[in-house]
Amino acid sequence: MKFIAEIDVMPLKEILDPQGKAVTGSMKNLGLEEIQNVRIGKHITLEIEAQDEATAKQRVDEACKKLLANLIMESYSFELKAV
Amino acid sequence: MKFGVVIFPGSNCDEDVIYVLEHIMGQEVVRLWHKDHDLQGVDFIILPGGFSFGDYLRSGAIARFSPLMQEVIQFAGKGGYVMGICNGFQILTEAGLLPGALLHNSNRKFICHNVYLKTETNNSLITSGLDLQKPLMIPIAHGEGNYFADADVLKGLQDNDQILFRYCDEAGNITQDSNINGSLVNIAGICNSTRNVFGMMPHPERAADSILANQDGLGIFESILKTVNA
Repeated sequence: MKFIAEIDVMPLKEILDPQGKAVTGSMKNLGLEEIQNVRIGKHITLEIEAQDEATAKQRVDEACKKLLANLIMESYSFELKAV
Repeated sequence: MKFGVVIFPGSNCDEDVIYVLEHIMGQEVVRLWHKDHDLQGVDFIILPGGFSFGDYLRSGAIARFSPLMQEVIQFAGKGGYVMGICNGFQILTEAGLLPGALLHNSNRKFICHNVYLKTETNNSLITSGLDLQKPLMIPIAHGEGNYFADADVLKGLQDNDQILFRYCDEAGNITQDSNINGSLVNIAGICNSTRNVFGMMPHPERAADSILANQDGLGIFESILKTVNA
């Protein structure tokens, strides 16, 4: 079976996100000062062949832990869709 | 002593380190390509600065899985000496050979600047010959040098004397203003708990040749040779 994983990687809450901070600051220039706490992460999609959803989930989890996210500074979550 | 300098696609300080080791320190140096598997019997491995794999995903994240890095990890596990400078430091944290991580600089800028460093301890191969009272002026050039670790890791670094360099002012005072990239307690360089793996963001190889009118970095290379040859 083929699955598509939609992965979100976000900087941990306690860590300063300079990119998000810069964008939060620019909201004022747009007249959208009520927007606060912009945080910017990464959205990653990938395709995976696996015999079932549980196996696909386990393999994607391994990819996230080993490479796609650095758990010292980021967290991740993902959804799998069969295609 | 035989040094190995690892070259990844995007490394750009490799030749600078090789120049210092060969021409100033008079040592044998081999170039180790990241796709190789053979460490060629080197005694000391240096991961140089640069932008390995374009800094894609995170600085050092992809280089960490290069074939040669698996050999470097084994070498370090057996007590072999490994030093990462700038991008090399980032690769070592990604590989788990050094604790913590290097985040984006807190001021959101790429910083290319001379900074002052306070040597925190003489209890390491690369700092053994340095004067703890005399700040070193060494350049940095990075966008992600903001050292971060959780409270437990920081306590371990402090308790085990693993902090080697901290950003300071010209007089050697550790201040908020001199903490140029926002690093945790001004950390600029550390070693692992077994004291054979070293990482630092500043570039000592860019302050080692007399023609540059600043040789503050030379003491680090001299420390390595003095201790090992002693």
